[in-house]
Amino acid sequence: MEPFDLTLIWAAIIAFGVIMYVLMDGFDLGVGILFPLAPDEESRDLMMNSVAPVWDGNETWLVLGGAGLLAAFPMVYSIMLPALYLGVFLMLSGLIFRGIAFEFRFKANRSRYLWNIAFAGGSTLAAFAQGMVVGKYIEGINTANGVFVGGPLDFVTPFTLLTGVGLVAGYALLGSTWTVMKTEGATQAWARRMAKPLLLVVLAVFGIISLWTPFVDESVRERWFSNLHLIWVLPALALFFAWRIWHGITHKREGSPFVATMGLFVFTYLGLLVSKWPYVVPPEITLYDAASAWESQLFLLLGLLFVIPIVLTYTAWTYWVFRGKVRAGDGYH
Amino acid sequence: MDLDPVLLSRIQFAFVVSFHAIFPVFTIGLASFIAFLETCAYASGNSLYTRLSKFWIKVFAVVFGMGVVSGIVMSFQFGTNWSNFSQATANFLGPVLSYEVVTAFFLEAAFLGILLFGRDRVPAGIYLFASFMVAIGTFISSFWILSANSWMHTPAGTVMENGMHQVVSWSEAIFNPSFWYRFTHMGLASFLTGGFVVASLSAWFLLKGREVEANRRALSMCLWLLLVIAPAQLWVGDLHGLNTLKHQPTKVAAMEGNWETSSNVPLLLFAWPDQQAQTNHWEIGIPGLASLILKHDTEGVVPGVSAVPRDEQPPVGIVFWSFRVMVGLGMLMILFAIAGLLLRPGGRYWRSRWFLKGLVPMGVAPFVAVLAGWFVTEIGRAPWLVYGQMTQAEGVTPSLTGGMALFTLIGYMVVYALVFTAGLYYLGRLFESGVEDAGHDHNLDHEEVERAKRPFSAAHVPLEHEGGSV
Repeated sequence: MEPFDLTLIWAAIIAFGVIMYVLMDGFDLGVGILFPLAPDEESRDLMMNSVAPVWDGNETWLVLGGAGLLAAFPMVYSIMLPALYLGVFLMLSGLIFRGIAFEFRFKANRSRYLWNIAFAGGSTLAAFAQGMVVGKYIEGINTANGVFVGGPLDFVTPFTLLTGVGLVAGYALLGSTWTVMKTEGATQAWARRMAKPLLLVVLAVFGIISLWTPFVDESVRERWFSNLHLIWVLPALALFFAWRIWHGITHKREGSPFVATMGLFVFTYLGLLVSKWPYVVPPEITLYDAASAWESQLFLLLGLLFVIPIVLTYTAWTYWVFRGKVRAGDGYH
Repeated sequence: MDLDPVLLSRIQFAFVVSFHAIFPVFTIGLASFIAFLETCAYASGNSLYTRLSKFWIKVFAVVFGMGVVSGIVMSFQFGTNWSNFSQATANFLGPVLSYEVVTAFFLEAAFLGILLFGRDRVPAGIYLFASFMVAIGTFISSFWILSANSWMHTPAGTVMENGMHQVVSWSEAIFNPSFWYRFTHMGLASFLTGGFVVASLSAWFLLKGREVEANRRALSMCLWLLLVIAPAQLWVGDLHGLNTLKHQPTKVAAMEGNWETSSNVPLLLFAWPDQQAQTNHWEIGIPGLASLILKHDTEGVVPGVSAVPRDEQPPVGIVFWSFRVMVGLGMLMILFAIAGLLLRPGGRYWRSRWFLKGLVPMGVAPFVAVLAGWFVTEIGRAPWLVYGQMTQAEGVTPSLTGGMALFTLIGYMVVYALVFTAGLYYLGRLFESGVEDAGHDHNLDHEEVERAKRPFSAAHVPLEHEGGSV
């Protein structure tokens, strides 16, 4: 009946989808977060042009992740969304506003400043809400018999507010190093100045989280201080990439700070997964508790195996076509 | 005040899904119209068809974009407000809804980009092929959505185990007993919507004397199409009704406003259903006609709403009246289609100003009819979420409070009001720019980046009027 473990395959697919989303929508949300701080309107044009060809493809991963979660791990879907009810609403509102602002800012003249506000506000709101989701996931969710039991504002805690700030800073860091890579001159110099303070904020938040969680969560402490020494490679690599960002900014490198920021995100993310494995809704529900029927997982997997390569190819092709610096008045054709 | 989370969640879902539905129901029909125009252009080489197609592709791009934005919200609604339902039905609905998403992505990645931006970059044959693939893709998307919806009305192919539906037959579950009726009814509704919107806008252009030759051609094509589709919809709708009678008799009873199971039931033209008293006030009806339609015999026995206990009854008034709005508008559409035929001699269908003036507001009619139809089928199955198996109260998120539901309901209304006002305003600007503008694009001070997943970028019309004359 069950010749191989589809739950594990699905866990890998969803985990891949989440990190793809964080990295890719992360930098374009970051550009939005930094928007009000940009030196002038020309810089804003450049920044927006630099993400215009790719931002919506980036959000594809969010929708794919949401639908995939319902199909493969319905219990995660039916616990997390009620637990984060208001947070989900805020995130969606933010994403809608920035998405629409993206399209209309290009077509607007007199109302352009309004679309700037919508773009920056929506991006920051979405990032903050996502940060709170991560925080709530680390903290754990109250459940009984596979159903969320708790209040509407349970997800607002000092810890989740901190992770919210952390992810806003993290996305802004991705956005600033992306801008360093994609622009020149005054815009690039400004983005460079933004990167180091942002990196310090990110490291501070990550540091507090890393110290906080082992003390409040015994299972996390055991995971890290038992005999699994190999996993210490992950935070070590995260710190290495943090240093690479600093180094790249100091020596005015073009692309390496962005690549290093992605590295910082990937290894922090892996560290988080290792802390919580095999729980998908900490502290009680594991991957296998939350999984849907084997037949259902298989039915959708067959379609995805066909589509994911096409989406990846299309994505890679888009990035390839739009490689290089964005210049003022420079169309893409 | 006691706020009922079930009622508020129902209103919220009705609001976001109604808002979402108006976009795809239009794009499905429009995609086929564009494919047809491209076929004509390819076969005849007449640039008139190309101009028409270019204009309607811009409209398609904007409406498709709004459909995607409102669709993202839909994919989270099941989890936030109906988590027990999501959990119980995920083994079937999860993969089916995901396939809808997957289809849409595949379509965007592969063919929408060609349709929106590839006219001068790919060979004509490939372009024609892409236009067909987009049209087919919209149907595949609606296939999955309607399969999921039909299963909730007529569940099949699944068994209940440990509180979850387990799929025992994918084919029986996907092609459940009401699927084909719903799919056909909705497909025809999309063609009617596309047809009447194009006819309405063409009539508006003709009244203003703009691009007469192209718009006359578009109107003519629409009227031929509507002449076939509008009566066909009446027939399919009747078959769908008979299917509903078999599976959801109480819904049909509510549609007919029939309280007591009896024979020789009249077709009510007017009535004021009173749920409290389980009867109607001020009835005006045609004797025996409801029995004749439903049972093909004036003495046929038609089920009544009171046959089920009060807590298993849908609200009769709104179902009864929504049904009359849908059928009434359907009849009006048939009248316009026939008038279009009668006015053919001498080309009066595009010269007669009263006919054109009548057609312009008809562009709204199919949207109202479609929403009314969905009101009938969705409210008519109350209190069931999965018919006969799970009620709305059982499916709602247990932790949801009335206050939370009210907060997000108002929130979505505000967000949608702001965002879609901008979208509809822009659509209006696009309509004003017209077919003649489709050939040459506006010069924007900032050249846009055009990508398949940014359908708006295909429509090169500024948001504001130029020169500040708003």
